[in-house]
Amino acid sequence: MNSYETLPDQLSTYVNKWKPKKGSLVMILHAVQDYYGFVPKEICFVLAKELKVPLARIYEVLTFYHYFRLELPAKYRIAVCMGTACYLKGAPDNLDAIKENLNIPEGRATEDGLFTLEIVRCYGCCGLAPVMSINGKIYGKLDKKKSLGILDEYRQKETDS
Amino acid sequence: MPKLTKELLDTYKTPASPETGYIKVGMNTCGISAGAQKIYDAFVHKVKEKNIPIEIKKCGCLGMCHAEPLIEVKIGGKPSVLYGRLDREKALSLLENKSLPEFLVEESPGQKKIVLRNCGVIDPERIEDYLEKQGYQAIKKSIFELGPEKTIEEIKKSGLRGRGGAGFPTWRKWKSTRESESSDDNHHGRFIICNGDEGDPGAYMDRSVLEGDPHSVIEGMMIAGYAIGSSTGYFYIRAEYPLAVERIRKAIAQCYRYGLLGKNILQSDFNFDLETRLGAGAFVCGEETALIASIEGRRGYPRPRPPYPSVKGLWGKPTAINNVETLANVPYIILNGGENYSRIGTGQSRGTKVFALTGKIMNSGLAEVPMGMTLREIIYKIGGGIANNKEFKAVQTGGPSGGIISKDHLDTPISYESLQELGSIMGSGGMIVMDEDDCAVDVAKFFMKFCFDESCGKCAPCRIGTAQALKILEKITGGNGRREDLDNLKRICHAMQKASLCGLGQTAPNPLLSSLRNFEDEYLEHIEDKICRAGRCRELMKRPE
Repeated sequence: MNSYETLPDQLSTYVNKWKPKKGSLVMILHAVQDYYGFVPKEICFVLAKELKVPLARIYEVLTFYHYFRLELPAKYRIAVCMGTACYLKGAPDNLDAIKENLNIPEGRATEDGLFTLEIVRCYGCCGLAPVMSINGKIYGKLDKKKSLGILDEYRQKETDS
Repeated sequence: MPKLTKELLDTYKTPASPETGYIKVGMNTCGISAGAQKIYDAFVHKVKEKNIPIEIKKCGCLGMCHAEPLIEVKIGGKPSVLYGRLDREKALSLLENKSLPEFLVEESPGQKKIVLRNCGVIDPERIEDYLEKQGYQAIKKSIFELGPEKTIEEIKKSGLRGRGGAGFPTWRKWKSTRESESSDDNHHGRFIICNGDEGDPGAYMDRSVLEGDPHSVIEGMMIAGYAIGSSTGYFYIRAEYPLAVERIRKAIAQCYRYGLLGKNILQSDFNFDLETRLGAGAFVCGEETALIASIEGRRGYPRPRPPYPSVKGLWGKPTAINNVETLANVPYIILNGGENYSRIGTGQSRGTKVFALTGKIMNSGLAEVPMGMTLREIIYKIGGGIANNKEFKAVQTGGPSGGIISKDHLDTPISYESLQELGSIMGSGGMIVMDEDDCAVDVAKFFMKFCFDESCGKCAPCRIGTAQALKILEKITGGNGRREDLDNLKRICHAMQKASLCGLGQTAPNPLLSSLRNFEDEYLEHIEDKICRAGRCRELMKRPE
């Protein structure tokens, strides 16, 4: 289990490298999220002390940008693209099917902690629309059946391991 | 690694293609997600195992996203051919000299590649490939032949305007940044920023250029930095584009190793440093003052202009902000001359523009065309027309800030001015084609929802306007619309256009207003007959066949 009381070495090195630079807060938050998968509250306390900025400043930035997460995501992060091309080519139907299949609304995690469902703006893979990504891997030219099939693959992987 | 000098730079020449041939695999984000990595790995493995004398290379986007994964094959003395939609087994059979005519693809005619000149040609991860294509010759010319003023003069002659949306003349931005007073005239006196926060959904030209030819954007930044008297540049790139970030970082590191960045570049007295900063998923950060706030590590709130960034920008210093595509044009212009570049295009819109053709089109992908080409030529000649034998309905340009153009205007030659007249904008270059199954009201609602979600909330016209307009649109698509709603929508839109603080709010009404103008009959059908002819709005009836 992670303890969030202190910065791990890797992050500490990063913070020290960026600390003297102006305007480094967003980059440091990116590093924290890359490390933990989200930005833990306790780490923000540590950062406030390290960077000598008020906690409110950190939260102000954190809550402005969609990219930062305040909660630990599930093992597999599904992100359905809702860019214009995907929207026109059936992304809303795929999303509904996935919601029904997982029995969760967007922004939530499944009870077994396996999947989180998010909506993203545009991956810039409009040629493959509609697309979704799972933990960063992009799947293209989806329809309902293919989308659900991919979820099953991940479930299968889980039972196999 | 010896630092490059201007003499050493000239030793890089385009090598004769190896006689035994080569295979290039398109390895951008879309290619990779369509399976290009597997194919590339298989090729490398097989060639090594069987000792086949053929070179396997990576390259960037070839522009034909509909046919990914794409492979260019040149064997023996034969001309090179392109294969698309291959899987691993099929691809490997090419090594056994099989020809697969059914997988051949051809590039659409009528394009003019300047920005995309190296995309799909060179390996974006090898600086040597770029150097062999006259890479970093343009910055050399700027430093040793032109000097800053003449560099700006060349850009002025070229007629280059910002490719990110508004179309502001690039030379004027540079000149004003150069001439503005800075409180600190040494190292950190002025800044150049590359805006790679390509937030428009449906646009991915910038991603393709960053991934496929990072060095041309870096060289463009260096030239801009040199011209405005800056020694520090920032790349601001969306975090949603991890491969673009990785390739730019790799390319920057290579430049430092070769002495193309850092102190005394090419042994001149020009010093230049580059850093990357990541966006974090806020559409408003494409607006220049919001982008600056984000680089400064704050919330991406825009602020009123003037003062413009060229006077008071990053950390209060004069700053020039240019879009990726604009910068990728710069080395070409410097090398070939501004006048030469200005021969391409029409009226006040010179040069080429890259469009991302997506939606219900046969061949979705990137197209770089001379300004002045008509929408019809782009959609039908290059895009191959509408997919699935459906009928063309409309094309949307400029993303959430642009408009919806109906078929009556298909023969309009594309330029900044002509698109504006149609109630749209050039924008960054997304071109989303809609067919008879798409509903004009639904699409307007989609964009309004987008702007509502992305409004930063700082100014009331945008924050409240997007919310109210969205509410009314939902009412209409839900079957509860009333005639007077249309007038209310127009009133809200005009208030937003006039009173919003930044470009997001000022242009957010464009999709709605243009669809009201071009498809008013559909709005009326929704309101009075409770019919959605496209069958998109689920609460309404579909028009009987």
